Amino acid sequence: MRGINKSFGNFKASNDTNLCVEKGRLVGLLGPSGSGKTTILRIIAGLEIPDSGDIMINGKRVNDMNAGSRGIGFVFQNYALFRYMSVFENVAFGLRVKKESEAAIKKRVSELMSLVGLDGFEKRFPSQLSGGQRQRVAFARAIAPNPQILLLDEPFAAIDAKVRQELRKWLRNTIGVLGITSVFVTHDQDEAVEVADEIVVINAGHVEQKGSPVDIYKHPATPFVARFIGHSDAMENAASFKGFEAARDFAEAIVRPEFVRVEKRGLLEDYVASAEEGVVEDISFRGDNMEIKVRVSRVLLTANYSLEKPGLSVGEKVSVLIRRIYVFDGDRTEILENENLRENTVFI
Amino acid sequence: MKIGIRRFAMRSRKVPHVIPGFSLSMGITITFLSLMVLIPLASVVLSASELGFSGLVKAVTGRRVLAGLRISFLCALTAALINAFFGVILAWTLVRYKFPFKRLLDGLIELPFALPTAVAGISLTAIYSSKGAIGAFFERMGFKIAYTSTGIVVALVFITIPFVVRTIQPVLEKLDPQFEEAAVMLGAGRATIFFRIIFPEILPALLAGFGLAFARALGEYGSVVFIAGNAPFKTEIAPLLIMAKLQQFDYNGATAIALVMLAASFAILLAINSTLIYFGKFVKD
Amino acid sequence: MNVSGADEMEKVVATPEIMLKKFDAARFLLISVSVVFLVVMLALPLFTVIFVSFRQGWHVYKNAVTDFYTLKALQLTVISTVAAVAANTFFGVFAAWLITKFSFRGKKILVTAIDIPFAISPVIAGLIFIFMFGRIGWAYPLLSKFNIDIVFAVPGIVMAVIFVTIPFVARELIPVLNSQGKDEEEAAALMGASGFTIFRRITLPNIKWALMYGVILCTARAMGEFGAVSVLSGHLRGKTNTLPLHVEILYNEYKYTESFAVSSILVLLAIVILIARNVVEHKGRKGNEA
Repeated sequence: MRGINKSFGNFKASNDTNLCVEKGRLVGLLGPSGSGKTTILRIIAGLEIPDSGDIMINGKRVNDMNAGSRGIGFVFQNYALFRYMSVFENVAFGLRVKKESEAAIKKRVSELMSLVGLDGFEKRFPSQLSGGQRQRVAFARAIAPNPQILLLDEPFAAIDAKVRQELRKWLRNTIGVLGITSVFVTHDQDEAVEVADEIVVINAGHVEQKGSPVDIYKHPATPFVARFIGHSDAMENAASFKGFEAARDFAEAIVRPEFVRVEKRGLLEDYVASAEEGVVEDISFRGDNMEIKVRVSRVLLTANYSLEKPGLSVGEKVSVLIRRIYVFDGDRTEILENENLRENTVFI
Repeated sequence: MKIGIRRFAMRSRKVPHVIPGFSLSMGITITFLSLMVLIPLASVVLSASELGFSGLVKAVTGRRVLAGLRISFLCALTAALINAFFGVILAWTLVRYKFPFKRLLDGLIELPFALPTAVAGISLTAIYSSKGAIGAFFERMGFKIAYTSTGIVVALVFITIPFVVRTIQPVLEKLDPQFEEAAVMLGAGRATIFFRIIFPEILPALLAGFGLAFARALGEYGSVVFIAGNAPFKTEIAPLLIMAKLQQFDYNGATAIALVMLAASFAILLAINSTLIYFGKFVKD
Repeated sequence: MNVSGADEMEKVVATPEIMLKKFDAARFLLISVSVVFLVVMLALPLFTVIFVSFRQGWHVYKNAVTDFYTLKALQLTVISTVAAVAANTFFGVFAAWLITKFSFRGKKILVTAIDIPFAISPVIAGLIFIFMFGRIGWAYPLLSKFNIDIVFAVPGIVMAVIFVTIPFVARELIPVLNSQGKDEEEAAALMGASGFTIFRRITLPNIKWALMYGVILCTARAMGEFGAVSVLSGHLRGKTNTLPLHVEILYNEYKYTESFAVSSILVLLAIVILIARNVVEHKGRKGNEA
């Protein structure tokens, strides 16, 4: 079943965007800041008007429909809780506007308060809540009038790192339980991967790729996605690296740290045919591993290095094994495995 | 080592000011304020205490004085209420809409601060007297404006226009549109949004502006004396009574009225501050 | 991408797009009410002064404006305004520095004390000096011993004008200094800069527009003060008469045209002040954004 299908021609921040969301899915719009993802969300909500194009909800065109009557719940980045109203009044606001009976409002609000785990907080004011609590109130307020779609703008941006982890899980589970079609915007790929069923990567106002988190990571469709997801280093002259002769047909190539293996010299003798020689330029401690910057001929690569392995020092000559690279030519993207390794080795 | 640290801590408490100039600025500020404000004010309170409580009560409960105080309070209250109403409209229009000559009109708001009150007084009298453009019009309809309490209110409205507008304007400018958008998403109409979302946001500023306007209107003298006509029991305001008592060398009478008005001013100041403190509870993050 | 960035900035000030309808009766009504209110209440009095002062022709106007007593009154107005601005700029800077850069007990009381002149009637402002320096004042015997006249003389007028304008400069400076914090000053102090150097090199550039703004407001109020001056002046023509008092005297003598002509000088000054105020405010905002 179709949720949303919309396209806009020439809108400042969204450039001929086409996007459709299936009912009941939790979709993350992921993109760098300024990519127009928030604008897309606001257009769906009806807070901004597209210059052209259609917004459809359940097959019905809603362009000319008032934002408030589209049946959409919206969680704002800074929550926009009404600070002169108690938590109860905040959550009840949408119901009061609909002129629901006092008893129905009471019932619905207390239902929602237990759903978000804030029983007993009804009389507090937003200024007396922590960031995580405010977010949950904003969530409860948005879903109070039973919207068909829930939109969340950077829902975790204003929360500190520790609470954020918990809230992500909580949000995913709660939305799962409610089964409400949801779209959220984020610039944080970890967040998108962790929370969303489906990720839509947005760049310069158009959709770069849409797919499951694993899919997007493993099979980036465009150079932008490949560069944006995960860490990557550009590889000049990739065809000169052992095992990647096929790269000569492509204009650009990048490599990710998890596909670069660095070892002390001599430890990679089994792979003479495919290993390169490099010089360590920088070592930084990353908590659970080391990040090594290593220069192979003219290219600077990044690799992760276990703390358990024998220590390296800056300037040391090391062996470098590259297992996989991404290559692009125009809009064509491909994954190249190191040809010399294909036959005899299995990687972890 | 331990002792050393403790000593260090004690000494650091003795030098609380990193930035120089504390004693100098404290000295200048206190001296200036004492000479110009505190000692003169104390002189009035001192002479009032010589008068005694019963003397004070007697001086303020004269019929003419009571009438003057009543006129002052009522006219100031009316003017402040009128400006509270128009102030919200003006601030809203100037912040939210674009229209021709907006910048000019916005710049004109401060005119009552820049124009001497005596000039405002004679000019308003010329407009609203039976010979003036607006005054003649209303007179034909059976209303007199100049030389009535309506005239006093007109002068006080003029004098206090900037207070409410200028306190609300910055609040509206900074108001995060997310609040309104959140209400829109929840299905609220424009009236609901204004009265339930925007109005509570500007209410503290509105009350503060109203209080300032009220205090200023209460004490206003220059503009009112021209337009009021100064008829005892009808259009004679309290500051004018103080003036009259001083000219008759009735210092006790003047002091008594002054004390009542001082008390009212301080009560208004206090009310404004407590309002702001009360609303401050909602905005802290 | 930049476009969308600009969009986000706009969001902060503009009405949400959805709130703007193509034609909107409420909007039309509110703008009309505002414009009519401002024109009738503010613009009309301004034009009336100009209109009435030229009613009897240029000659009468010129005579009234260049009259000996008018010029004397102008002189006293200038003197008292300059004195008030100088005294209160000096005081305001020190008071604002004290209140924003140091923490000490009784700060709140001090801030309230600075606001007192703002809250009380100008007539009472005049009255308190009568009770201090006048015939019944406790300082009178002392003053008469040295033959100093304050009440009904120029010093009294100057003091009254200073009193009513005390809060203006300080009140403009305090919020600006508060929002700026004191990190920069502390950094400079730790490097050994003297108080004066810190003020001149670090603080002053940050507050210059607020300072000018305060000075402008102070000038406006000082030049137009009527009630307090009226109590203390004694209305001696050519001696203790300021321009606003001169307007009153002429008005009470039924010399309306002359009275409005003298007023037109003050209107002109008021317009200059308004323009200066707007320029300074505009530049100050720009300076803050940069």
